[in-house]
Amino acid sequence: MSRFFVLTLNGVTQGAIYAAMALALVMIWRATKVINFAQGAMAMFTTYLAVFAIEHGTPYWVGFLVALVSGLLLGAIVERVIVRPVESAPALNVVILTLGLLLFLEALAPMAFGGQIRSFPPAFSIVGLRLGTSQVPFSPFDLFTLGSVVAVMLLLLVLFQKTDLGLRMRASAFNPEVSRLLGIRVGRMLTLGWALASLVGALAGVLIAPSLLLYPTFMDDVLVFGFTGAVLGGLDSAVGAVVGGLLMGFALTYVGGYFGSDLETVGALVILIAVLMVRPSGLFSVQRVRQV
Amino acid sequence: MVAVQSRLDRLVRPTFGRHLLFALGAAVVLLLLSSQIGAYDDYNLTAVAIFAVAAAGLNLLTGLNGQLSLGHGALMAIGAYTASLLLKDHHQFPVIVVLLAAVLSTGVIGIGFGYAAARLRGPYLAGATLTLAVAIPQVATRYKSIFGGESGLTVAPSSPPDWLGADFPPERWLAWIAFAAAIVTMVLLANLLRGAPGRAFKAVRDNEAAAALAGINVARTQVLAFVVSAACAGLAGALLAYWTGVTAPAGFTLALSLQLITAIVIGGLGSLAGAVWGSLVLVFVPLLTSGMASRLSLPSSVADNLPLAIYGCILVIAMLVAPHGIQGALRRILAYGRARWGNTPGGGQKGVVDWDDPAPDT
Repeated sequence: MSRFFVLTLNGVTQGAIYAAMALALVMIWRATKVINFAQGAMAMFTTYLAVFAIEHGTPYWVGFLVALVSGLLLGAIVERVIVRPVESAPALNVVILTLGLLLFLEALAPMAFGGQIRSFPPAFSIVGLRLGTSQVPFSPFDLFTLGSVVAVMLLLLVLFQKTDLGLRMRASAFNPEVSRLLGIRVGRMLTLGWALASLVGALAGVLIAPSLLLYPTFMDDVLVFGFTGAVLGGLDSAVGAVVGGLLMGFALTYVGGYFGSDLETVGALVILIAVLMVRPSGLFSVQRVRQV
Repeated sequence: MVAVQSRLDRLVRPTFGRHLLFALGAAVVLLLLSSQIGAYDDYNLTAVAIFAVAAAGLNLLTGLNGQLSLGHGALMAIGAYTASLLLKDHHQFPVIVVLLAAVLSTGVIGIGFGYAAARLRGPYLAGATLTLAVAIPQVATRYKSIFGGESGLTVAPSSPPDWLGADFPPERWLAWIAFAAAIVTMVLLANLLRGAPGRAFKAVRDNEAAAALAGINVARTQVLAFVVSAACAGLAGALLAYWTGVTAPAGFTLALSLQLITAIVIGGLGSLAGAVWGSLVLVFVPLLTSGMASRLSLPSSVADNLPLAIYGCILVIAMLVAPHGIQGALRRILAYGRARWGNTPGGGQKGVVDWDDPAPDT
């Protein structure tokens, strides 16, 4: 089987996870104009909670649920307690706030759960599927990863496009003042937006943990690649985030496969700079005339 | 008559002279201090000086020019590796040559990256510098034959010159080098910020369109800020190489970049003095917590991570309640004192404090 085909299959799975991370970042960016640099650390923390549950004898699926529910709660708490008070502060302050949260969570996790590196069990076999006589480098767990990311994205699409709640959330992000006048509880919508985004991030964490090992900074690279994907897509576009995340997945597995895995982050840097030089606000962004 | 008066004024109270006097004072105090304390404290003060250089550079870029860099740890790595490559195989280059080479190499890379950065705004710039922070250490891991891989490069220490005596402690010699570098950096930066470039930095930060209308070349100003800032990071990186004795990728993680941001936020965004306050916090908080942890016999997983947890908390709390940092608080106290007990420069009303802007920048 050709190397290219193998790498492409790996790229899809990796890309799905980066796309989830990118989508989480874009959801928060669109709702509150904040880049949540703590997104990766929050997902790391919820993954630790999941492994904590599993180590205490619960089945995998309970751990999986623990991660998603705690992600939902953590997102809501962070928005309510930390981000809400600085709503009108300069953008730099809010960024620094999320960086502080990142440092805090990455220090708290080893304090609470112990500093040793752990492995995370996968839900399904990670041995490649059989197609006739040949083995495809695509395992049931890869299928599960891809399937759950696609399912979550479809659910979000239905929520935002087809439901009343989704419409209210979009309206709050688009114009908080007018939405408030129309009787929308904008504050609640923002909290919900953060909670949902954090849930998507938590999903990315549980899905990638089996292929990486679990340690406090294990999500740093995923955050960087997801963020790179989101920036590539243009931070305002959910479709752009998913496409950007997938592109990152492919690009990084090709770079890793052909040039060595040490160069993946360098590849990300080169791609990001190259794209931003041509389009300083991403591939899918609407070009805006700069105000003078 | 008025013109003569103002020219006289400029001769008697030149800004450069004032900065120089201040620097001389600082040098004398630090020299006296370093000879009174033991090698261990010299070693810690060296770290303060190193972080102060890097934090001052970052504060110029982020606090005064409004460009957030999450990649200054990586720029320090470039300086550190430049120094380590020069000092590999026991080459005995003089310290000044090594430091200048590090400034130069990081500055050149800063030009390239500064041009890219000047096109990017807000989150896009943060994203690009974040990627820089994680990518640079990977390069060092990848090219083992040049950069020594994970185990890094060892750095030959700079031995004190003979005229200081045979038993002069090397820690104190390194402390002197770091103090000298920090003082020179501070004087140069203070002058830059007092002059036209400093005003341009702030103008671009506050309103790009207005700055452009006032005839400031926005892109060039941003590149200049990035280059100066990168050069400071390079100098700090080279000093760090001497200080740790080994340059390895593990020393330049994302956490280093975030700690520098912590330093300028705690110290005070946009002020050189703030960079020094922040560096003191960066060096002495871990010492305090490790002392506390050993007294309370905390497990190592808690003790090792306590400083980072505290930085994280401080960052969050500072942004919520004191976004101007230590220097901002000091300014408020000073401004309150001036307003309360008269002697207000600029004829402000006695007893009235403008809490929103207690004192001008720098």
